[in-house]
Amino acid sequence: MTKPKLAVWKFASCDGCQLSLLDAEDELLAVAGAIEIANFPEASREVLPGPYQLSLVEGSITTPHDAERIQAVRAESEFLVTIGACATAGGIQALRNWADVAEFTRSVYATPAFIDTLDTSTAIADHVTVDFELRGCPISKEQLLEVVNAFIYGRRPAIPEYSVCVECKRRGTTCVMVADGTPCLGPVTQAGCGAICPAYNRGCYGCFGPAESVNLEALLNEWRRLEVDEATMVRALRTYNAYAPEFRDASEKLEASL
Amino acid sequence: MTAASILDRSDFDQLLALLVDEGYQPIGPILEGGRIVYGPIDSSSDLPAGKTDLHDGGMYRLVDRQDDALFGYNLPSDSWKQYLFPPQTLLWSAVRSGGSFSVNPPTSEAPRYALFGVRACELAAIDIQDRVFDGAYPDPHYGSIRERVFIVGVNCVQAGGTCFCASMGTGPELTDGYDIVMTEFIDEDEHRFLIRSGTTAGGDVLARLPLAPADPTDCSHADALIAEAATGMGRTLDTGGIKELLYENAEHPRWDDVASRCLLCANCTMVCPTCFCATTEDRPTLDGATAERWRTWDSCFALEHSYIHGGPIRVSVRSRYRQWLTHKLATWIDQFDTSGCVGCGRCITWCPVGIDITEEVKAIRTEEAAHAHR
Repeated sequence: MTKPKLAVWKFASCDGCQLSLLDAEDELLAVAGAIEIANFPEASREVLPGPYQLSLVEGSITTPHDAERIQAVRAESEFLVTIGACATAGGIQALRNWADVAEFTRSVYATPAFIDTLDTSTAIADHVTVDFELRGCPISKEQLLEVVNAFIYGRRPAIPEYSVCVECKRRGTTCVMVADGTPCLGPVTQAGCGAICPAYNRGCYGCFGPAESVNLEALLNEWRRLEVDEATMVRALRTYNAYAPEFRDASEKLEASL
Repeated sequence: MTAASILDRSDFDQLLALLVDEGYQPIGPILEGGRIVYGPIDSSSDLPAGKTDLHDGGMYRLVDRQDDALFGYNLPSDSWKQYLFPPQTLLWSAVRSGGSFSVNPPTSEAPRYALFGVRACELAAIDIQDRVFDGAYPDPHYGSIRERVFIVGVNCVQAGGTCFCASMGTGPELTDGYDIVMTEFIDEDEHRFLIRSGTTAGGDVLARLPLAPADPTDCSHADALIAEAATGMGRTLDTGGIKELLYENAEHPRWDDVASRCLLCANCTMVCPTCFCATTEDRPTLDGATAERWRTWDSCFALEHSYIHGGPIRVSVRSRYRQWLTHKLATWIDQFDTSGCVGCGRCITWCPVGIDITEEVKAIRTEEAAHAHR
């Protein structure tokens, strides 16, 4: 039996998510045993031609060239999985969606005329059909291995979509919002990181994006009670998943009230 | 009830040492990062002496006491569920051999916990989980831990801001189900425990401790302290006809009101000492040679929890909150012949937005009464 072929694609991103695969040290040989790593430039210069049974797509769409390239990637991928906040929500670079990109290029580049970029940073799913979205900035190595494993066995990945609070409670971390009055995005953020920040007495930063159902209005009302001002709330919502619809809508509503 | 004795604070560590000698791993309240949680204890110096906790809806603060009471707090943020029904349990593992496979139960031996400082509401919660897991289909994983547990109960001599065990008839005094029970006294320069056994195992331990006989005034003193706690509950819940009340009000507008406040974060179910929902996950290795089946805590507040063929059946916030509260206070009675609520108040304290189960029921009851009156 021939092994399914894996390809890893990069768009606008920092490479951190795809490196999670190389970071899977103990499991890497097992991955290579189960799937043929056919196109993964971070790992090997040898690139085998498509089609690919499994494509992992990292990064967001920020240039006209990438908007075309993702169509080609989709065409030669049977099962396409986006990995990370950039690919699933546009990433931190989606902050440009609220700014003047021409002004950015003028102030950053010596010859802005050479820069051919879009006004927006958008998720892969805004351009092509995506079969599964893996969240996180960065993604969790364990969750990535679960997705690969599930693909190999043809089952649904066991990736929970409930809140970070569930992970806090499972590991026995006391709620930082209730016990310390620390504003936390955990109740509206999807689990997956293992609730790292609250375990170190920090509020959740929302790296895994909105949970499956969220009530941001109720959470932000509680933040107001904790004396968090509106501008701080907008900043909290506009990080790695700023353009995830639930976070985006909430921050735009807040900004309109400023 | 066995005769009560007096254990002096200076001899308290002998009780711990005896249980360690018996092969128990003592778990009790400890201070961790400014909160009281349950964790392994080696000596009484691990206990939160001189600390107490303030509770209100969505609010918890640790403060100093005027004395050095070891059990002078109300309730830790976590519950004994963390130990008896752990967040993750390996149910079995499978090994492929040739064209077949074999399924093996977990090989690790169940721990032997001595639970220190079990409150009356918490023992009631353990009793409820016993009914859940030891019913028509006994759960061997829960059973193997539970049957080895030694329970050192401590009566409450104060009540917290979100406590309502008196309403639920579960406390503040432990009446049975413990191996040993204590009431802590601190007067002037004396720091003592009124102590008695509830089982033979408990009696055997007490027989090896340097105890003094209790006199009748000690017992009446303990009774008075417990009675005081009963009147100091921060919350009350009228349970009269509660099953019918909730069954008749499935469409009450209050469910929409609470839905506007609920975060769907699932904290209430995670901290509830009786909530028992779990999901199972199969974890095969990439080479397909072995696989494990794990059970992990789940929540009725998660969309996935109500997923059946065709999609989830409880999509709205309203339907999920209603499911939880109605199960806890009403359908639980039909299912397990007991309320699912022990009045510990954890769901109130640890709800990040302070949703209060007693207030929700009160609102439904009051509005229904007003409606009936018209």
